Amino acid sequence: MTRIEEQIRQVLTESGRLAVPTTGLDSEADLFTVGLDSLAIVNVLMSLEELFDIELPDELLSRRSFSNIATLEEIITNLVRHPAGV
Amino acid sequence: MNMHTGLDAAVVAVCKIATANADTVDRANAAPAETLAALRRESLLSLLVPTSLGGQGQSLTQLAETCHALAQACGSSAMIFAMHHIQVACIVAHGQRSDWHRALLRRLCTQQLLLGSVTSEAGTGGNIHASVCAVEPDGGQVRLQKDATTISYGAQSDALLITARRAPDAAASDQVMLVAPRGDYRLERTAAWDALGMRGTCSDGFRVYLTADREQILPVPFAEIASRTMLPVSHLLWSSVWLGIAADAVARARAYLRQQGRGGATLLPSGHRLARATSLLQLMQSRLSLALKDYEATFADASWSPPLRLGADMNTLKTSVSELCLEVAQHALMICGINGYRNGSPFSLGRHFRDLLSAPIMINNDRILESTGGLLLMHKPASGGF
Repeated sequence: MTRIEEQIRQVLTESGRLAVPTTGLDSEADLFTVGLDSLAIVNVLMSLEELFDIELPDELLSRRSFSNIATLEEIITNLVRHPAGV
Repeated sequence: MNMHTGLDAAVVAVCKIATANADTVDRANAAPAETLAALRRESLLSLLVPTSLGGQGQSLTQLAETCHALAQACGSSAMIFAMHHIQVACIVAHGQRSDWHRALLRRLCTQQLLLGSVTSEAGTGGNIHASVCAVEPDGGQVRLQKDATTISYGAQSDALLITARRAPDAAASDQVMLVAPRGDYRLERTAAWDALGMRGTCSDGFRVYLTADREQILPVPFAEIASRTMLPVSHLLWSSVWLGIAADAVARARAYLRQQGRGGATLLPSGHRLARATSLLQLMQSRLSLALKDYEATFADASWSPPLRLGADMNTLKTSVSELCLEVAQHALMICGINGYRNGSPFSLGRHFRDLLSAPIMINNDRILESTGGLLLMHKPASGGF
């Protein structure tokens, strides 16, 4: 597991209000079916932005971006490497 | 006064029947049987079904216009009509890959089936994104028992769309939606609908006992069905209904002012309210029209994930229209005065008010605004482009 994935799991545990522990959660598992909702997304997003010092561009603020841990990891890895989103 | 210019003759015919029955339906707390029969007779329950499956393949914008017209005649009938089409939209958008659901849509067209919704449940605190009940395997079939706090026109429905947890060990939010024609379920009435308004929707409480085939479960998680189709379509069609009710209140106020102004009398002091009420209606119509365009351009594209901002836009459409329609009705009441306040006059507004009071609590505005406030925190303000 990468360091970024570990940190995402930590943020989801603290802010995602999920119905299951993130430790055993498959990185492809649908986060909405385990309890992520639109209120929790806001907290998750703000925590991730602060932790990684990034800002998700508007076009990435969709449900699909938050659908599973693997997708979040891919987005954050790209933004950390290319902060301008290019 | 022709309120139905540009509408299909079938819609005009149904609106006439709905107008004639609206007060009786409201007083008797009864389902609008004549209007429902007319909707079936005119094949208006299959408007959203693609032509390839035997429907009329209408756009959501066309359907919203019909909701608006019917609401000027009878709020309860229009709400039933809108809610039915919200269910149809869910199956059209998420069920067409499934043979069973395509066959149901064909049957809906030939038999003009009325679809009801079972999302409410005791013990969830009004949160449709959580279920207590679960789909349980039962031999080759599945079994389900749900304690629904309300099922609008449940006793009149020919099929129900029911949410439940995916399996007995699934999380409350891990939901599926199952489509069940009458015959697959038994309803036990637990609460009678006797409400302030929308009385003809007959939204009784029921315990649902169901046995069905597994293939009747829509092949997409309910979270996806809700965010992509059920919630935006609900906000768009409900708003069309509320606007129609408010428009009829203003039409009554206008008729009253014209009657009072006959013979050269000066406009009543409350006459300026006609302009205020009309301008509010125009603002809401523009907002609704833009939201319908947004929906048709984005949400309908299954390959694309709608930005969360569009969900927030649909939410603020719902909260603002539901509140402003009441403001419009208040202007109409101030114009009509005692003639609007008392029942049984051509200018009576009691039914309009009582029906519109349901708007802010159909998915409570406080709940919607709380989550929308959060969504808006994520986005930078709009650039201001027109």
